[in-house]
Amino acid sequence: MITIINYNLGNPKSIQNMLKHIGGGEVCISNDPDEIASAQRIILPGVGHFQHGMEQLAELGLVDVLKKEVLQNKKPILGICLGMQLLTKHSEEGNLAGLGFIDAQTKKFEFQDVTLKVPHMGWNKVEFKKNTPVNTGVSINPRYYFVHSYFVDCANQDDILCTTQYGQEFVSGFQHQNIFGLQFHPEKSHKFGMELLANFCKI
Amino acid sequence: MALQPRIIPVLLLHKGGLYKTKQFKNPSYVGDPINAVRIFNEKEVDELLILDIDCSRENKEPDYTLIEEIVSEAFMPVGYGGGISSLAIAQKVFQLGVEKVIINTALKNNLQLLADIAAIYGAQAVVASIDYKKGFLGGTKAYFTNGTKKSGYTPQELAKIAEKAGAGELILNAIDRESTYNGYHFELLQQVVNAVQIPVVISGGASSNADFDIAKLAGASGMAAGSLFVYQRPHNAVLISYPSNYFYL
Repeated sequence: MITIINYNLGNPKSIQNMLKHIGGGEVCISNDPDEIASAQRIILPGVGHFQHGMEQLAELGLVDVLKKEVLQNKKPILGICLGMQLLTKHSEEGNLAGLGFIDAQTKKFEFQDVTLKVPHMGWNKVEFKKNTPVNTGVSINPRYYFVHSYFVDCANQDDILCTTQYGQEFVSGFQHQNIFGLQFHPEKSHKFGMELLANFCKI
Repeated sequence: MALQPRIIPVLLLHKGGLYKTKQFKNPSYVGDPINAVRIFNEKEVDELLILDIDCSRENKEPDYTLIEEIVSEAFMPVGYGGGISSLAIAQKVFQLGVEKVIINTALKNNLQLLADIAAIYGAQAVVASIDYKKGFLGGTKAYFTNGTKKSGYTPQELAKIAEKAGAGELILNAIDRESTYNGYHFELLQQVVNAVQIPVVISGGASSNADFDIAKLAGASGMAAGSLFVYQRPHNAVLISYPSNYFYL
């Protein structure tokens, strides 16, 4: 079973829709620590403010169960967009600590070039830097839908799954052991996103 | 490099079906909305806009069941407009899986709504539709509620008001051009792009892919079209088409 964490930010429904469409097995949307503990895989979605996200996770009492299932029991977790950023150690958005599951920082886009709007919103390409179970057999020249004003900076180059160009090269995906993060929205990226989510369901 | 602009089909809901208007009038039946979304899905459209043209005029809430059905088939970003008159209604729509809400009537009497939605979902989730047409005495004026109520503002003025209120994106919708295939209103597009910081989507009058190229040069972040994607000319037979991967090939 895959549990999509419902912490009142972002769109668990869209992810569930795509998982159903690709036949990704049993899916539940939940903020019940027991249900999260019994999941085989966890998806942490999210759109919105980092601080609000951390506060919601804390208020719902989900930080401890996530730590236990991800760091001790090594269950695969996929953070999407804000969910990816929450897995990092710290964000400039709200100047706050994150879950810290991966050695990375979340930073704000700042551009001199006025044609580069923030948020980075729309379709963009990625370049995969390594092969992991999630990006096995993906289409050539994939494109994905992004909406974000902050980006992740990984401390370890080995953790970088893929990068994207927008004013600079930034980390659009990471992987460290059982911990995966995608800055873009696979659930809103047609077949390109389906491929990644279908792979995650098989880990 | 800036991102490639998005090419966005616009689908109009009326009496629960998919309709197409001309210059905001005379809705004609196109087909089943769910079926249309499936086809657009297969064509891998960049984004989809769904507008319910009955809600604000009849002062009713969105058809949540229909939106839910549409979104469950849509694996791309979806914007929804029509009857977004309160934060509670917007929240219901977001929970169904919609990414953006489109606001028009609230620009007249409830600018705070834009800020309220942006505070929770981010400015990128709040799109203001600037609908405009030529007035009787010349000059271009923005309108509210499906083009039925005068705003007293020029589209440029209303665009700035919407941006200040919290909109993260604008749709410039030329009522006079809708479904005419006369080309986009590039002149106004350029003026508005220069006047605001937020992304601008152009709508009304698209006739061919060449219009997308010009709109891109004029600074559009997106190009919306209805008739071009649901009709085949010259007789406007219903035929769904879309230039897949146009800016990515």
